[in-house]
Amino acid sequence: MVNVTVNGKAVAVPEHTTILEAAKAAGVDIPHLCYLKGLNEIGACRVCCVEIEGERNLVPSCNNPVFEGMVIRTNTPRVRSTRKINVELILSQHDCHCATCLRSGNCHLQNIANDLGILENPYPRDLVTGVRALWPRDFPLYRDTNKCIKCMRCIQVCDKVQGVNVWDLSGTGSRTRVDVSHNRRIKESDCVLCGQCITHCPTGALRERSDTEKAFAALADPDRITVVQIAPAVRAAWGESLGLPPEKATVNRMAAALRALGFDYVFDTSFSADLTIMEEGTEFLQRFKAGDTKYQPMFTSCCPGWVRYLKGHYPDMTARLSTAKSPQQMFGAVVRNYLSKKLGVEPGRIFSVSIMPCVAKKAECDLPTMHTEAGRDVDLVLTTRELVRMIRSEHIHPETLAEESFDSILGPYSGAGVIFGATGGVMEAALRSAYYLVNGRNPPPEAFTAVRGAADGTPGWTEAEFDLGGSTVKTAVVSGLGNTRKLLEAVRAGRVHYDFVEVMACPGGCAGGGGQPHSPNDEELAGSRGQLLYGIDKGSALRFSHENPAIQALYREALGAPGSETAEEWLHTDHLGWDMPAQRRESE
Amino acid sequence: MRRLSIETPDRAQQVVQDLCRDMGHRVAANPPGLCPVDLALNFLRLCHAQTCGKCVPCRIGLSQLETLIESVLDQTAPEGTIDLIESTAAAIADSADCAIGYEAAAMVLEGVRGFREDYELHAKEGRCICSLKQPVPCVTVCPAHVDIPGYIALVREGCFQDAVDLIRKDNPFPYSCAYVCEHPCEKQCRRRLVDDAINICGIKRYAVDHCGDEAPPAPAEATGKRIAVVGGGPSGLTAAYYLQLMGHSVTVFEQRERLGGMLRYGIPDYRLPPEVLQKDIDYILKTGVEVRTGVCIGTDIQVEQLRRDYDALYVAIGAHADKKLGLPGEDSENVLSAVEFLRDCGEGRPLDFTGKRVVVIGGGNVSMDATRTAIRLGAESVTCVYRRRIDDMTALPEEIEDAQAEGCQILPLQAPHRIEADENGKVAALWTKPQIIGSYGRDGRPGPRDAAEREFRIPCDYLIIAIVQRIESDNFEKGGIGTSRGALKADLSGYVPGTPNVFAGGDAVTGPATVIRAVAAGKVGAANIDSFLGYSHTIRCDVQIPPARLSNTPPCGRIQLKARNPLEARGDFALATCGMTEEEAMQEAGRCLRCDHFGYGIFKGGRTSQW
Repeated sequence: MVNVTVNGKAVAVPEHTTILEAAKAAGVDIPHLCYLKGLNEIGACRVCCVEIEGERNLVPSCNNPVFEGMVIRTNTPRVRSTRKINVELILSQHDCHCATCLRSGNCHLQNIANDLGILENPYPRDLVTGVRALWPRDFPLYRDTNKCIKCMRCIQVCDKVQGVNVWDLSGTGSRTRVDVSHNRRIKESDCVLCGQCITHCPTGALRERSDTEKAFAALADPDRITVVQIAPAVRAAWGESLGLPPEKATVNRMAAALRALGFDYVFDTSFSADLTIMEEGTEFLQRFKAGDTKYQPMFTSCCPGWVRYLKGHYPDMTARLSTAKSPQQMFGAVVRNYLSKKLGVEPGRIFSVSIMPCVAKKAECDLPTMHTEAGRDVDLVLTTRELVRMIRSEHIHPETLAEESFDSILGPYSGAGVIFGATGGVMEAALRSAYYLVNGRNPPPEAFTAVRGAADGTPGWTEAEFDLGGSTVKTAVVSGLGNTRKLLEAVRAGRVHYDFVEVMACPGGCAGGGGQPHSPNDEELAGSRGQLLYGIDKGSALRFSHENPAIQALYREALGAPGSETAEEWLHTDHLGWDMPAQRRESE
Repeated sequence: MRRLSIETPDRAQQVVQDLCRDMGHRVAANPPGLCPVDLALNFLRLCHAQTCGKCVPCRIGLSQLETLIESVLDQTAPEGTIDLIESTAAAIADSADCAIGYEAAAMVLEGVRGFREDYELHAKEGRCICSLKQPVPCVTVCPAHVDIPGYIALVREGCFQDAVDLIRKDNPFPYSCAYVCEHPCEKQCRRRLVDDAINICGIKRYAVDHCGDEAPPAPAEATGKRIAVVGGGPSGLTAAYYLQLMGHSVTVFEQRERLGGMLRYGIPDYRLPPEVLQKDIDYILKTGVEVRTGVCIGTDIQVEQLRRDYDALYVAIGAHADKKLGLPGEDSENVLSAVEFLRDCGEGRPLDFTGKRVVVIGGGNVSMDATRTAIRLGAESVTCVYRRRIDDMTALPEEIEDAQAEGCQILPLQAPHRIEADENGKVAALWTKPQIIGSYGRDGRPGPRDAAEREFRIPCDYLIIAIVQRIESDNFEKGGIGTSRGALKADLSGYVPGTPNVFAGGDAVTGPATVIRAVAAGKVGAANIDSFLGYSHTIRCDVQIPPARLSNTPPCGRIQLKARNPLEARGDFALATCGMTEEEAMQEAGRCLRCDHFGYGIFKGGRTSQW
């Protein structure tokens, strides 16, 4: 242990503790802006600089360890004045129109400036103008260079966690800024749209393309029938920035809020997660039995960030993906083809919206392959954050609403469908039904919990082996694209072998998705959100996708059997039917 | 009323002079990877601050150039701006009244012509061909990318063995380099912004002089792949060391009796004692590298055979042959090349120069080695003859100073013209043509031309030519390895195009260069041979780097290594420079700014822990 004094208070902390953490242990909160524990400890913003007795200059507290006898002062006039000047300097290059910024109220820079009581800035505004400030408005990811404070978090999360390296510094000297790496444009880059840069941005510099106006327009159109589906992981997070405690922020209260917004039919994507299990599980068993997974596994295909990654970085492995559409697209196809018939309406009158914890879903629904003869599967994708903004915009107060159930026909879902939103959930759900398909009886619902992945972004992946009707199935579950790359390299080099692999682009799966609310305290929430989902599964009466009565009815009435011709047309896709904008460039 | 007064600079002027000196250091230590257009703009601004304001092109023209270049950087420049910059700069260079104006414009002109593509990229795309890559200048500039801040921090904490282990991650010649590295790492040391570069090489020498003898790490699991390395110098042994650690089975073929290459046969003992070199070699051999000395490839074994018998080949034969100058009388007796002269010394067959007059031709480090060796062999006088000025010599300044202190005469501005022999055919004198220094050449150095003076005679008993070294590439060319102007042809990965499995590096590819460049080539070769064989072994070092101290030393002089008394040193081959004392080493290590931790390094590129 190392003994230090923080603002006169003595505290003992383990060796290698940073000054910032030591101060926290002494109950002293040092303001900071660029710092993100474990990911971005680079001392760029200089807001966390403190005075250390005996040292000439102020010292950034985020990335320097304490030493024995260190005397730290965090609130001297020198510290305060320097901190204020540095924040004023940052503000001089920040577009401070907070009223029109969607991060207002949840912006680290705004908080720090407010806390410091900065009312006027002595430094003239110095914003980027002209073509250098432009960004394509139709791309699902939007970046406002004038709100970027160059904290580098986006670069770090994309490099270190995701290994995609989309962002980098560009230019030098006073013109240094964050931009797409290797002098590329975002549309020609291999960005997978995981959105992790957005959820780790301290300001409003990065966000999804805002599609809420399109949703409002459809809701206001008397000729449109609006149908909405809610992805499993959304229920675990939507209440966070609305101030709802988890017990209030139930999916049925969300259903009520969506009806209050004016949606005609409200469904749960967990239904089509069950459908995915039927299709993907059947496909897997066929491929497994045919020896197709002898060298390389079949990969899940429900995560569009992952699909984009694989196609961008390992295009030769595209055929290893399951041909099953993602639950979002399956739901869309079923709505267009099946629900429309049930309702007796023209498929074209339906406006199909999905609420997703994801930015890549916005790109997925626009793919040329994602439609049937009845039209495109899904019309519009909104992130969890956009849903929250719509609720706020309509001044709906969900806590005052009574819980409502989902609409019938496509309403029921199993706990197995709900856990799609957490890493390992797809695999676990698939194994539950695969067991049934092979053995003709259900396993205990908790039989496959070994596949649940680590949700805290730890390196590596989870592997497990199961006996399915006398053959051993080797499975792996991985989340985060940095981990995924390692797994793929191991597979390609023959160092590991699996039959079935679940991949989620975001660490912790959709619970930690790039469309989820920002954590005001920079916490990684994928783990706790995932636990919520597993809790819902545990409390469900229905634990097996194949037992979902609505799924059984759908096969009986429309699809026939999994993998049938109709199922192929509605529920499967050709991953080779479209191209990523660019293959990955060789890194230098 | 005083008619004249003694002028003393006022305080402001003095401060400005200090600032100019500091700015000079700053410019000299310019970090690599900066935007050339941004730099050009800001150099121009500095130039413009120097203008007196009298003449139009300088006063207004430079200002307009600033505006134009700024618009390029802001991506607001209309079509044709770059042409306008060029024509404006040309007009200023042509018509400004004094050097302040025309030299400033000439710099802009040089830039707009030299990196026009960067101007264009800025104007059209708002992008730069350069990206910010200035994490740790010393590591960036070191050809082998040794973790310099890491080992300096370890020295500062007294962990000398760890420091040497860390160096070996990228350079298996820590001992030799501690004595003879040309230390390019010091050139752009960020400490120059404060006072002066860290004496990195001196700190390394302190580390190797104070560490124990540890065993090398155990090689990776054997791959069964066999690799032949031709040449047992720094490049070949570096490749052999890393490839052996990667689990391959390496055999080094060395033409001479002993390993070390130019380190043994080219560098005199007073700079690199053989026992110091031996420590590096012993350590490398402990990994299990097989060695076959006295085997000449191309004569004893054919290149084709090696190619067939081994999975891969690394050719690092160095540049050990000499080249004739083409002077009349060059074949006289006692006319030697520096390479053979130094090699004979390295092989323990030194000439006896007692009472002889020796002349050395050349101005590089090899000529200094020959000069200082000749004086140690008892020569009555040693004269080093050079075509240009002493300032233009390419030898390290300290080498020149030491040679002079030891009593060698340096005779600049004399171009060798012919060699006079006595009646027995022995060299009697070197005739030179006196030179006058003149205009600058393309290499940015002033060139000499014949002066209007008479030929000059320098009587001598021995003449040593230290001008050019050649690569003995004939046998390899016959073996299917392409050459270009006598050097082996290899691409940037070390691969020799057109061959199935041959890599090459070191002096044999680059021409005579430095030890550290040879080591770097060996490292590159090893990595790419490993990949070529289908592996991805990594070389790493698990030493814990001490955290950076918070404040660095305030401005403080750089510790220089002390030379022995030159009059004593000239009499033997013992080391000519003394290492640092503990006090000196600690003070010097404390000056390191830890660019791995402070600045860009902590964000990106501060440390490569494996390769």
